[in-house]
Amino acid sequence: MRAQYVAVLATLALGGSATMVHTTPSAGATISGKVTYTGTPPKMKPIDMAKEPSCAKQHATPVTTENVVTGSGNALRYVVVYLSAGDQASSTPGEAARYDQKGCQYIPHVAVMQVDQPLEIYNDDQTSHNIHPLAKVNPEWNKSQPIGAPPIHTTWAKPEFIPVKCNVHPWMHGWFVVLTTSRHAVTGPDGEFSITGVPPGKYTVTAWQEQFLSQTQDVTISGTETKTIDFVFKATPY
Amino acid sequence: MRLHARVVALVSGLTVLLSAAGAAAGWAQESHIGSLTGHAAAGKKVYRRYCILCHGPDGDGNGENALWIDPKPRDFTLAVFKCRSTPSGTLPTDQDVFDAMTRGFVTTNMPAWLPLTHQNRADAVAYIKTFSPKWSSLKPGAPITIPPEPAATIESMLRGRGLFQKMECWKCHGPAGHGDGQSAKTLTDNKENPIPPYNFSTGSRFKCGATNRDLYRIFMTGLDGTPMPSFADDLKPADAWDLVHFLRTLQPLDTPEAAIWKAWLASHARDLKPIGPPGGGQ
Repeated sequence: MRAQYVAVLATLALGGSATMVHTTPSAGATISGKVTYTGTPPKMKPIDMAKEPSCAKQHATPVTTENVVTGSGNALRYVVVYLSAGDQASSTPGEAARYDQKGCQYIPHVAVMQVDQPLEIYNDDQTSHNIHPLAKVNPEWNKSQPIGAPPIHTTWAKPEFIPVKCNVHPWMHGWFVVLTTSRHAVTGPDGEFSITGVPPGKYTVTAWQEQFLSQTQDVTISGTETKTIDFVFKATPY
Repeated sequence: MRLHARVVALVSGLTVLLSAAGAAAGWAQESHIGSLTGHAAAGKKVYRRYCILCHGPDGDGNGENALWIDPKPRDFTLAVFKCRSTPSGTLPTDQDVFDAMTRGFVTTNMPAWLPLTHQNRADAVAYIKTFSPKWSSLKPGAPITIPPEPAATIESMLRGRGLFQKMECWKCHGPAGHGDGQSAKTLTDNKENPIPPYNFSTGSRFKCGATNRDLYRIFMTGLDGTPMPSFADDLKPADAWDLVHFLRTLQPLDTPEAAIWKAWLASHARDLKPIGPPGGGQ
């Protein structure tokens, strides 16, 4: 399971950096850091997939909810870090963001994409899913994707944090994070992130966590330095 | 009496507020229903007389009655509508909203607004469209094409039954269509309110109509805002008609489909594999 996550994240990271090379030929600076929490985070609940045996058998260890995923050293995973202000509008990546329904989970849990960037949604399971992005700014839709159905191709026209759910499998919750910038990253299991290829300028960096919401920090980039900024979220158990 | 007076006072107070807001926004919204043109300004009066107590002064479904109503009144600020002729994720046509208002929503508190004139209803549609900026920035979707209905044969019904199994309709609607599938109790709408799947054994009208064409449209467009998805990407028109024919056999109605089904079933009941999870139907 973890290997799959890492593979998907690695693919995403590669896709992201390839795009940045395309938009900024010169190397630029790197903004990196770690996202952690203080306080007591909520306990993630185990998910009972007994009603969907084809998914249950894919998980050797029980799967839990993912709204607050923590790691050693108080690391916070699945935090979206992005340049929320100061970034010149970069061209939309032609490369599609990928979202998988696998083992009745969304992989990755949080998919980040740019406005108008193609998004491909796959059903890798031996069960039907319905994919229901609960958009408010963008149009809300709800489509069935049976076993073996081709991927759903779509785009989002406006920036928005969109919760995604499957009504058939009520434990399935994920996110489409649609941003105006291509300079974004998602924290890994160690809570670390890295945004590369940042040209000189003044920026606001925002870190967003689905339950603890957003924090911002201002940063000034002058050359090709690596700027380290950390975010600390105050966790509450509910 | 005292309550009534308060309601009147509140409503007139809100009228003043809304008029001011409306003037500032410069509403010029229209609706087009056949040869009729509806106007938002006139629709506002209709809305404030007939709709406001449930749908609320701001159209967000938080009218005074909303607390006592289940399912909740539609929130027009989201511009998400169940009954459409257009694909999932697109705005309905004016005619779709007009038809929903005219038909009402069976099993809910939304009555059929037949007592209102056609012009009144067209005007109300125009006014409803002022509650979301999506009506200015987006165009309604193109209505889906529904080919003429082929003959309802036993072969068509059996193919439809296969699709009911394959598309996993039974996960929510239940193996016999009783609305008791394994996911039924967990379903919520886009506001996280519980919502039951349609129970075919009640024989009641569907929320979005009563005809075979309505039924076709329901699962091919999906009921946006609810757990019912669109199957347009998964079913060809011929498949969709097969499914319609089978679904009719689940209702306790004297439909032509039911007669053919019953006659066939009398001698073939044993040939049917149970519907439900592989390796054992419910």
